[in-house]
Amino acid sequence: MLKLEGINKIFNEGTPDEKIALDNINLHLAPGDFVTIIGSNGAGKSTMMNMISGALTPDFGSVTIADQEVTRLPEYKRSKYIGRVFQDPMAGTAPTMTIEENLAIAYSRNTKRGLRGGVSRSRKDFFRTSLEKLHLNLENRLNAKVGMLSGGERQALSLLMATFTRPAILLLDEHTAALDPSRAELITNLTKQLVEENQLTTLMVTHNMQQAIDLGNRLIMMDKGQIILSIDEEKKPNLTIPDLMAEFENIRGEKMNSDRALLG
Amino acid sequence: MLFTALFGSVEQGIIYAIMALGVYLTFRVLDFPDLTVDGSFVTGAATAAMMIVLGYHPILATITAIVAGFIAGCMTGLLHTKGKINPLLSGILMMIALYSINLRIMGLTAENAIVRPNIPLLNSDTVFTQFQSFWGNLGIDTALTDFLKNTLGLKTAPSTWGTIIIVLIITLAIKFIADWFLKTEVGLAIRATGDNKRMIRSFSANTDTLIVLGLGLSNALVAFSGALIAQYSKFADVNMGIGMIVIGLASVIIGEAIFGTKTIFRTTLAVVAGAIIYRIIYAVALRIEWLDTGDMKLITAVIVILALVIPQVLEKQREKKRKAKRRIERQHELAQGGNRLA
Repeated sequence: MLKLEGINKIFNEGTPDEKIALDNINLHLAPGDFVTIIGSNGAGKSTMMNMISGALTPDFGSVTIADQEVTRLPEYKRSKYIGRVFQDPMAGTAPTMTIEENLAIAYSRNTKRGLRGGVSRSRKDFFRTSLEKLHLNLENRLNAKVGMLSGGERQALSLLMATFTRPAILLLDEHTAALDPSRAELITNLTKQLVEENQLTTLMVTHNMQQAIDLGNRLIMMDKGQIILSIDEEKKPNLTIPDLMAEFENIRGEKMNSDRALLG
Repeated sequence: MLFTALFGSVEQGIIYAIMALGVYLTFRVLDFPDLTVDGSFVTGAATAAMMIVLGYHPILATITAIVAGFIAGCMTGLLHTKGKINPLLSGILMMIALYSINLRIMGLTAENAIVRPNIPLLNSDTVFTQFQSFWGNLGIDTALTDFLKNTLGLKTAPSTWGTIIIVLIITLAIKFIADWFLKTEVGLAIRATGDNKRMIRSFSANTDTLIVLGLGLSNALVAFSGALIAQYSKFADVNMGIGMIVIGLASVIIGEAIFGTKTIFRTTLAVVAGAIIYRIIYAVALRIEWLDTGDMKLITAVIVILALVIPQVLEKQREKKRKAKRRIERQHELAQGGNRLA
């Protein structure tokens, strides 16, 4: 479903600030794979997400989504295939527009936008039944402006908008990191539910090791622009945090220095 | 006298409302401060006047003016999206470029010159004279005038009601089309572009195209308004657009402050009303003895400044009051709590 081959990216090339962001990244996702990504700050997790979404293009290497080579395709063309939820709850929705208008925008992802009304009656019904799954009572507030919702509600809405058109790839970029623990749990459960329901091929970046272990069928660890550890489907169910810490020490010959990675 | 003077202001206000709707589309919906308006308003007026003088049908002339405005707006959009020039500067560059272009457009009517600073339309056929010839036969004017003079006892009455009727129909039609458009898929995408570019890009919309389209539509409306003003006042002048953007902004802000922005339907109505109110304020200000026509730009600037500042001051005071009230309530609670303890 998703293939990254030999991806390299250097920021500020030729200046004193030169930084190798991605160093020969190879990653294959089969349909239905749910891969969680962990790694300390600056490991290249977000850069990799931006390569897939098209916000950045690699210096060399190729990106293939659903058997289509998309390496040079601009973000807006590629996003037909990609659902994305950002870390910032404000980033995924339009605040001055209503809930139903936001959903209508997400709904038109796959089609060419024309002069049809964005919110038709049949779409409204669909929006309502989709919102019911969130159990946040948003289905009765279709005409409320999204700016009036709480961070958790907005993130749940973003998640729904990213998934309900069943994109080929779902990218979750630390999408629970900016929420308080109870909201984060709500969003984590919703993520599990929506991914299973729609059988989405998913890539999730997280700082929370427990979350990375609990969710998904595969796990990769990144450091300094490389994928240094890849846990497959068979090994993942028995994985624990101490295992991961030990593996990291083994590979890198140093202790993992991120408290944040532990505490989430 | 005052009634007829205000009547004229309302007529003009309704025409300027089309321009204000264009400004609303860029400033509010797209969140793009577009200064092309000062130029594209004149482009509309110049194009329509030029074609009318050259003998084309006024409706064709007006439609061409709208297209010219659309192109001008798209150019500003391209400067910004493809040329990566800052929004304000893109608009200013286009406005300056249009000044020369407008002189050339009007120059097409001159026999021994390339450029021309103005075109009078005194005896020309305009959309208003055309409508008047149809309207005059209906006899509604005489009936209304009789009513005003005999029943209400007014000494003077407007010479015709035809103009206000036709401009009202045009402006309201545009308002309703704008309401509808902003709820279509493309309209929603344009609104989201002004709201959250990153989000709309992640839902497969090309924000560059949407910005160009939005600016084009906005300036098409502005040019339409310019074309109608030229025909209404029977005159096109290369300087008639100076400060137009501020007038448009004043209309938007006044309207929004008075009528609110709860829904799109209400906001566009507020913008139209704001444009009319602005013209009335203008007319009244001109009747003050010690003010001169030349002072109007200053007055417009002051109106916009007040409209921007006063709501902030009011909000601050309301907040202060709320806080004071809460403090008193809190003290009250504490006092009661103290009593209980005792």
